[in-house]
Amino acid sequence: MPTVSMTVNGESVSSEVEPRTLLVQYLRENLGLTGTHVGCDTSQCGACVVHVNGKSAKSCTMLAVQAEGSEVSTIEGLADGDTLHPMQEAFRENHGLQCGFCTPGMVMSAIDLVQTNSDPSEHDVREWLEGNLCRCTGYHNIVKSILAGAKAMQG
Amino acid sequence: MTETNIGAPIKRVEDKRFLTGRGRYTDDLNQPNQLYACILRSPHAHANLKKVDVSQAKAAPGVIDIFTGSDMAADEVGSLPCGWQIHSKDGSPMHEPGHPPMAVTKVRHVGDQVAIVIAETKSQARDALDIIEVDYEVLPAAINMDEALSGKALVHDDVPNNMCFDWEIGDKEATENSFSDAHKVVSIELVNNRLIPNAMEPRAAVAQYDPSNGNYTLHTTTQNPHVIRLLMGAFVLQIPEHKLRIISHDVGGGFGSKIFHYAEEAILTWASAKVSQPIKWTAERSESFVTDAHGRDHETKAELALDKDGKFLGLRVSTKANIGAYLSTFGSSVPTYLYGTLLAGVYKTPAIYCEVKTVFTNTVPVDAYRGAGRPECTYLLERLVNKAAKETGIDPVEIRRINMIQPDQFPYQTPVALQYDVGDYPRAFETALKASDYEGFSSRRKSSEDNGKKRGIGISTYIEACGIAPSAVAGALGARAGLYESAQVRVHPTGSVTLYTGTHNHGQGHETTFAQIVSDTLGVSIDQVEVSHGDTGEVQFGMGTYGSRSLAVGGPAVLKACNKIIEKSKKIAAHILEASVDDIDFKDGVYSISGTDRELAFGEVSLAAYVPHNYPIEELEPGLDENAFYDPLNFSFPAGCHICEVEIDPETGEVEITDFTAVDDIGRVINPMIVEGQVQGGLAQGIGQALMEGCVYDNEGQLLTGSYMDYTMPRADNLPNLNVSTESVLGASNPLEVKGVGEVGSIGAPPAVINAILDALSSLGVEDISMPASPSKVWQAIHNAQ
Ligand code: FES
Ligand code: FES
Repeated sequence: MPTVSMTVNGESVSSEVEPRTLLVQYLRENLGLTGTHVGCDTSQCGACVVHVNGKSAKSCTMLAVQAEGSEVSTIEGLADGDTLHPMQEAFRENHGLQCGFCTPGMVMSAIDLVQTNSDPSEHDVREWLEGNLCRCTGYHNIVKSILAGAKAMQG
Repeated sequence: MTETNIGAPIKRVEDKRFLTGRGRYTDDLNQPNQLYACILRSPHAHANLKKVDVSQAKAAPGVIDIFTGSDMAADEVGSLPCGWQIHSKDGSPMHEPGHPPMAVTKVRHVGDQVAIVIAETKSQARDALDIIEVDYEVLPAAINMDEALSGKALVHDDVPNNMCFDWEIGDKEATENSFSDAHKVVSIELVNNRLIPNAMEPRAAVAQYDPSNGNYTLHTTTQNPHVIRLLMGAFVLQIPEHKLRIISHDVGGGFGSKIFHYAEEAILTWASAKVSQPIKWTAERSESFVTDAHGRDHETKAELALDKDGKFLGLRVSTKANIGAYLSTFGSSVPTYLYGTLLAGVYKTPAIYCEVKTVFTNTVPVDAYRGAGRPECTYLLERLVNKAAKETGIDPVEIRRINMIQPDQFPYQTPVALQYDVGDYPRAFETALKASDYEGFSSRRKSSEDNGKKRGIGISTYIEACGIAPSAVAGALGARAGLYESAQVRVHPTGSVTLYTGTHNHGQGHETTFAQIVSDTLGVSIDQVEVSHGDTGEVQFGMGTYGSRSLAVGGPAVLKACNKIIEKSKKIAAHILEASVDDIDFKDGVYSISGTDRELAFGEVSLAAYVPHNYPIEELEPGLDENAFYDPLNFSFPAGCHICEVEIDPETGEVEITDFTAVDDIGRVINPMIVEGQVQGGLAQGIGQALMEGCVYDNEGQLLTGSYMDYTMPRADNLPNLNVSTESVLGASNPLEVKGVGEVGSIGAPPAVINAILDALSSLGVEDISMPASPSKVWQAIHNAQ
């Protein structure tokens, strides 16, 4: 079995994995980071979005070995102790989550949006979320959260 | 009102764990020595199982064991039960063919369970699926309802013409008479499109058997753990309640689809004892598509009789409802008592008759999906009312005004069994007209026209019955369970509180809303209240969350338990303060003697209950822990008005929702932030049904919409911002005066959207369009009309 090494939420990890192991499986099953979710098997829902080298990526669509040597960050790595990341806080403030299943992917995706476009419009946010499905919220409050989070991340 | 009391939009208590990736969803859990299961599923819609040969697969690497339906049958495992018995017009009970957790002689839909492989890893289990050899004798399939009713292919050999039951409600003769007196009769034929619920978390289960004591534990993605314990324990596996614990911590959305007792729960639980090791199974999304119960799927003909002034005289409805291959847990109640009983809507129609033929087909079972019966009913009524407006030349607003039940007519007895307790339909209606600037529509239409676009506005009113349900009423109508709810309020020695509720939180925010009720009633701060749910080992009992019942039935149970705490605490306080109980006041967490400054804090009394040194021990037991069950007196009846405005590009058929206004009367609002979120989420699903979502089977019973590439659900860029508000009418028949909010969006939205589209296209001669009104369908309708 090949060995894969990467940095996850700032910590170096290294494990033997079956070559077909997906990054999301590696995170959830090998590392116990179950905040990253699996909502589909066709790369359509975005519940699995993490950051790989600072950019959002669907961890269900990547083999663990493809992340060799990468910096991976997941929802578990965002908060600073008890202080939520401004984007997490914005979701809390604006009721941007209900069942919470899509939420990690939404938050990770939203942070990448703001890193790419620091002052997104409502339209930008809605377009950006094309790869993320939420069945609970109707997106209204997710969009509101991301707009507020973008402001907070600048401030 | 303090910041956390009833009515305050406080932030959700449960959010932090979800936002930091620390939710406890079923697939997140692992047990020591856990094995993994994959399930072999039928690729055919209908086939005899001639032979299932697992010998080679059993020898595959990592495989621990493989079981089939015959193995379960040999252990006398029972059939998955249906929770609601319906009788046909002629008095005969519905056909209830067996529903084995794994197929024994025949598979009846694509996705039906054939075998379970248990292996050391998930990949080994999956690999072994491919080497199981199954000899299927493929049979002709019954897919669409007319075909099924012809009886050529029988889903169950002992159900003639595949008809599960032929039900009716209402006074047939009075309705016929109203049609003979009619000045005008308007008729309509509609399909309520079949939907796939698609909660974002796929179903999952982890089952564990402890040979040392014979106890079973099943972690499962359910909306009602006690119901699963009852159904699976008593009917399928014969495990008594005290030996079976069902745990359902965090669940990633349900919308009805996680109410039902699914085969995999029974298969895993049973198999965990066979292998004496924990087993985990998690559905892949493509499995969810072919195994989670689907929703809707009605074909209806309806006629409305009107007098010369546009007053409704009678309504006649004939519906065919697809029930799928097997009767799912509540499948039979949805097209009957959750549908036909609501056909009065908010209108004074004096005579109503409805008949429903329910049909087995070789498709996934159909059961409750957000709204369950009430969206089907509302869609038919509001499309028909709009058609009546058009054919009589009365404005759609006016025809609704003329026929609406008036506030002074309550309690209002409908001709279809229900008695509406309280409401003010004109109020929400007029508010919605204002909020949507209905009057200004014609100028907006003009500017759209100037840009080559077609603009339309569509109204829908609705009523629904929630708070399911008074047990005696439900029982008389065929429910095989009671439908009360329970709560336990445990006050700890230092005055903090744990509330155990029998309802289940899978996104609705109960950990916050229920904590607000406790905080408000007992006067303790909200951070001193913890809400526990979802574990039959912790919570005394419960019927779970569906049908917008949690607050309307579970809420009063919480209130009742809190009041019992207050009653007992007052006696303790009276003893300590050396006063008579009647002189003790309780307010904001303080016990005091009226008219004096002598008082005790909530925490002091709690402590006294657990350290009963100075205590009325002859009269009272120590401790402060109270249980309550609440059985509702009536259903609750949320109602409202939704108005949708669309702009259509006639060149492409693309429909854009420019505005959506929802004004809902859901009774007292506990947390307005959560309420708005519930309405928005429901609207998205309703708009999804109207514009995008549709489950399609081919003639052989293959699901053509079996992934997110083919089954389109609303994404952020398909929806507008939603203008949501409430017009609360108090007085509902429960002590909190709440009505329920979870389903209103998915009930009111579809007809508002379609009425708006038809309004936009009426000048082009388009008279009908079916859901989902996809761009190609809209384009086609425009071209066919020209
Ligand atoms: S799990 Fe659905 S996109 Fe990755
Ligand atoms: S919050 Fe449930 S799927 Fe988004």
